[in-house]
Amino acid sequence: MNESGIQPGFYAAPGSRTGIFSWIFSTDHKRIGLLYLFSIFSFFAVGVCFGLLMRLELIAPGRTIVGPSTYNAFFTLHGVIMIFLFVIPGIPVSLGNFFMPLQIGARDVAFPRINLLSWWFYITGGLLALLSLFTGHGPPDTGWTFYAPYSIRTGTNVVLAVSAAFVLGMSSILTGLNFITTIHRMRAPGMTWFRMPLFVWSVYATAWVQILATPILGITLLLVIIERLFGVGFFDPAKGGDPILYQHLFWTYSHPAVYIMILPAMGVVTEIIPVFSRRTVFGYKAIAFSSMAIASVGYFVWGHHMFTSGMSDVARVVFSFITFIVAIPSGVKVFNWVASMYKGSIRVDAPLLFVLAFIFLFSIGGLTGLILGALATNIQVHGTYFVVGHFHYVIFGGAVFAFFGGLHYWFPKITGRMYNEKRARLAWLFLFIGFNALYFPMFILGWEGMPRRYYDYLPKFQPLNVVSTVGSWIVATGLILLFANLLRSARKGAAAGPNPWGGTTLEWQTSSPPPHENFGEIPVITQGPYIYNPSKGKGHGTA
Amino acid sequence: MNPGKTEQLKTENKNGEMTYILAWAMLVALTAITVGVYTLHLGTAGVAIALVIASLKAGVILLFFMHLRQESRFLQSVFLLPVFLLGAIIGLTFIDVWYR
Ligand code: HEM
Ligand SMILES: [Cu+2]
Repeated sequence: MNESGIQPGFYAAPGSRTGIFSWIFSTDHKRIGLLYLFSIFSFFAVGVCFGLLMRLELIAPGRTIVGPSTYNAFFTLHGVIMIFLFVIPGIPVSLGNFFMPLQIGARDVAFPRINLLSWWFYITGGLLALLSLFTGHGPPDTGWTFYAPYSIRTGTNVVLAVSAAFVLGMSSILTGLNFITTIHRMRAPGMTWFRMPLFVWSVYATAWVQILATPILGITLLLVIIERLFGVGFFDPAKGGDPILYQHLFWTYSHPAVYIMILPAMGVVTEIIPVFSRRTVFGYKAIAFSSMAIASVGYFVWGHHMFTSGMSDVARVVFSFITFIVAIPSGVKVFNWVASMYKGSIRVDAPLLFVLAFIFLFSIGGLTGLILGALATNIQVHGTYFVVGHFHYVIFGGAVFAFFGGLHYWFPKITGRMYNEKRARLAWLFLFIGFNALYFPMFILGWEGMPRRYYDYLPKFQPLNVVSTVGSWIVATGLILLFANLLRSARKGAAAGPNPWGGTTLEWQTSSPPPHENFGEIPVITQGPYIYNPSKGKGHGTA
Repeated sequence: MNPGKTEQLKTENKNGEMTYILAWAMLVALTAITVGVYTLHLGTAGVAIALVIASLKAGVILLFFMHLRQESRFLQSVFLLPVFLLGAIIGLTFIDVWYR
């Protein structure tokens, strides 16, 4: 115990290694979770810088700070970093690693060493991606989608970048494997499937997508490498290949991958709402099953990215139809969340603010997704800024806002200290306003026909582009405020105690920060989570 | 919650050496057939035959070397999941290829 009265918990765990080695060779799921948290947010910072540079270039038509080929490298790196190095590992590897074992009453994940190995794969992939910037004939310029035949023909360093994504995929598969096994085998006595917290359900559904979809990306990228190095004609029509086949293979992975990004975020939201409304989740099973439904139907909609590719009409109609079906379980969740708050005793702290922003922004992202999923309207907005607006609303406004909510919610558990609430709200306000200024104009610009992935645009588009660029500065300010507050509070914050929010799931029943191996004695579970009715006990805690 | 190690060991012991040798012989024989069929130059039918034989070989490896035969119903059905998924994904891709 130190002067502030906070137990060091697992930070002082006995081990043979010290300093940085006690982290990068640790098999403790909590340390690996934090290792990942720092790693992915470091890459996030780099990705944000590229985003800001792009917005700066787009503040005026014509060349502003960079020319066309540099701009092409910018959006490729921005996309590759944000997708493969930040948001796909994202919540599962960081908050999931830290909290899933705690929430099911386990001492660690099923395969602690594979857990560490997955981090090493991740870092190797990240370094390969960085290496691709400075070696070969310039950084890749294909966009994060590596579409053939351009990715086959361009002289830039595609092979290295693609290998990086391949290694990152292996990391993702290992995490999925580990989490599924952990959830099947390591639950505390009495923790039946329907007594699991819904965050665990969401991580579980995500893990299945990681295992079953990622190999398809691996094979596809391997084929690109083989075609580039050995000239085998898989995708380039000049060699007898089929470029649409590339798109099929790529999106067969990459659409399910958007559920790798959003499902865990939905899980975080589902944890925060009952705690801050003091009410049981409305429709526990509906939320659990909708996660599984999203994960499974999500495999069959990839063609909605290919409506203008020259795919057959039958396929276009079928994919458009299935896309509308997959929107249903997402809608179920939104209604359940709102219903969970109804007549609750709501306490609006920073975690809930991020959750409310999530529901608002994700709904806009989801509904514009239906505009894109409808065959006819898609033709109008395909390849425009409408798409850029749509996916930032879903990924940034959805997944990343929920991530921030989760970071604040679990911050006292991770560090044993409380963050500064006032500064957190200020950061939230900047982010929320800045976000909408940054991305909402993109819907209008796209609707009016401004294409994505160009460093230039027609002069008539300038006013809204200026709004968007100013928005990017407000977002950047919000991000700095947010991280400065969290980093400062991690050292200086007041002691938080084991359960500052009055949460009912198991992570709140152990000390903050949790001890090595999480629990003195493994708890026995006798009822579901989220029970706030005093006559019915207090959730997992009272067993 | 843990089915216990003893049960697992019991099932492993049931696999005598002979099982592995037979499985291996089967793989070699199937490989020989694949090569043989290739020399006949059957065109599309040749591809179909090669794919069927490859699936049979994968099946032998799964059942005997990877012990899927002795696993619980649950694990066996978990294995079928990706098989169905792959079938569905390939099927959906073909509604493009066939009608293009
Ligand atoms: C301050 C934050 C951000 C800014 C200013 C920003 C800005 C942009 C802009 C302007 C584009 C369009 C480039 C073009 O088509 O010419 C873009 C594309 C993209 N952004 Fe962001 N973004 C930010 C955050 C994020 C986040 C958090 C993610 C995901 C987690 C993300 C993922 C992507 C992806 C995947 C693309 C597509 C890249 C491509 O076309 O290959 N962005 N971003
Ligand atoms: Cu999609």
